[in-house]
Amino acid sequence: MTIHELKQQAVETRKSLLSMIYQAKSGHTGGALSSADIITALYFEILKLDPANPDWEGRDYFVLSKGHSVEGYLAVLARRGFFDEALLKTFCQYKSLLIGHPNNKLPGIEMNTGALGHGLSISVGMALGLKKDKKTNRVFTLMGDGELAEGSVWEAAMAASHYKLDNLVAIIDRNHLQISGSTETVMSQEPLQQRFESFGWHVEVIEGNDMDQVVSALKAVPFTEGKPSLIIANTTKGKGVKQMEDVAAWHHGVPDQSLFEEAMLTFESMEKELDNV
Amino acid sequence: MSEKRACREAYTTALLELAKNDPSIIVISSDARGSCSLNNYVKALPDQYIEIGIAEQNEIGISAGLSVVGKKPFVCAPACFLTARSLEQLKVDVAYSHQNVKILGVSGGVSYGALGASHHTLHDIAALRCFPDLTVILPSDAAQTEEVVRTITDMKGAFFIRVGREKIPQIYTEELGIKPFTLGKANTLREGADITLVSCGELVYHSLEAAKLLHEKGIEARVLDMATLKPFDKEAIIKAAKETKAIVSIEEHSINGGLGATVSQVVCENHPVKVKTLGLPDEYLITGNSLELFDYYGLDAKGIAASAEELLAK
Repeated sequence: MTIHELKQQAVETRKSLLSMIYQAKSGHTGGALSSADIITALYFEILKLDPANPDWEGRDYFVLSKGHSVEGYLAVLARRGFFDEALLKTFCQYKSLLIGHPNNKLPGIEMNTGALGHGLSISVGMALGLKKDKKTNRVFTLMGDGELAEGSVWEAAMAASHYKLDNLVAIIDRNHLQISGSTETVMSQEPLQQRFESFGWHVEVIEGNDMDQVVSALKAVPFTEGKPSLIIANTTKGKGVKQMEDVAAWHHGVPDQSLFEEAMLTFESMEKELDNV
Repeated sequence: MSEKRACREAYTTALLELAKNDPSIIVISSDARGSCSLNNYVKALPDQYIEIGIAEQNEIGISAGLSVVGKKPFVCAPACFLTARSLEQLKVDVAYSHQNVKILGVSGGVSYGALGASHHTLHDIAALRCFPDLTVILPSDAAQTEEVVRTITDMKGAFFIRVGREKIPQIYTEELGIKPFTLGKANTLREGADITLVSCGELVYHSLEAAKLLHEKGIEARVLDMATLKPFDKEAIIKAAKETKAIVSIEEHSINGGLGATVSQVVCENHPVKVKTLGLPDEYLITGNSLELFDYYGLDAKGIAASAEELLAK
């Protein structure tokens, strides 16, 4: 897919995820919007997948470590054909399989997440198992910046470089905000790049809401043979809806009718703008 | 009596034999090769072993990931750390995510008796039986442990097996003539109509010895080995409640939430009879080795027999 088409898809992802949250009156809006470009690029351009055969042996593996940003994930899975898009309307509804965090009873989802700091260890296990079998499948995981305070992330970071897992790619949705406020106020993350480098990773820092940069970074992995790759993607929490951008309260805020309608109009005009290019 | 054997050695020896013919078996440990009797395994199959270092959360998460890509991970580590430090990974990555991970907790209960409460594992049955789809097994001797390994290796799902540290007497001898282990079924080791002693793990042997003491006093005790704590063999307990006058449960676990609590629930809901729950009290324990602690807390043959007599006299 071209960068232009991926940008169009990212707007679709934002429309879907916000509609799901608005209908369910529940969701993690800010982080789903900040990571919308990354998850769109992964599912429409980067990951080797076969939606008709989700357990295809040649697939790349993906773990959404920041499981609360599930809305964008479900939106791209549905549009890629893993399940019927109509199911998105059941998000968080009575007896739905589309719960508020990833559910591996749905086709295309490998692991249940939701408790933070787990995804990197799981991904290390996948990458290690694939290496043992000399397979070329890759493993991608998307983490939040707030969850880096969990000690298990650093246990996994240590193991990834110890075992030279260059088939492992971690992406940090670095939106600088968590539920209580700025990550640097809650528990400082910086110098994040140097921290991971000192743990033996090759780190690249990009603008994570710029589709060009997202795709070129994801296509350049592994950055160094014998090292795990980390992309620190600087993003804006709430990206795409002006009122939500960079406001911690939108971590799990739900828009009212007027804000929802305004946001949808904005997305539609973004689409028109892209159509005219 | 036949020679004593350690369950942890039985487990890893049996696993080594199976792993030689199944390259998808991977053993994972957290700097606990010696504690888990894994040295022979690592020497024989270095490519089917992954060292994690002292990082139990990572160890369980990695095992879940290995399962996703088609491996059969067997985690081996001291039970006290594994079931406390990595409880959330056991819950979410393994049980809730329906992964095929077998977890061996060694030196459980009060095996590390003198090392203090940090090293005791008296919460694991209570905690782990609350996770749907996680099977919980406490083998009572080496032969049963070997049979557990052979039974579960090709079964898909999440399993927790807890064994002790020391060499212990053998129960399942050829002479006994009982299949050592059937998943989800209690073994009746001795018939009796006066009282039932139901136990799991190392205390099964002590319960059998208690039954002998009771026999000398004219009391015939049925002895049940409840090796599988989950799924629980309710039928064996209901049958015991109907056919004997009272039930004593004996476990190397806190009296809260373990075998005794499960037995009491089944008895109360189905066929109420008198029940006495023997286990470790809800307090920090005295210092001593496991046999000294069993003696002090009334979990050796003498203590169990005394509790049984007292219950019948009530």
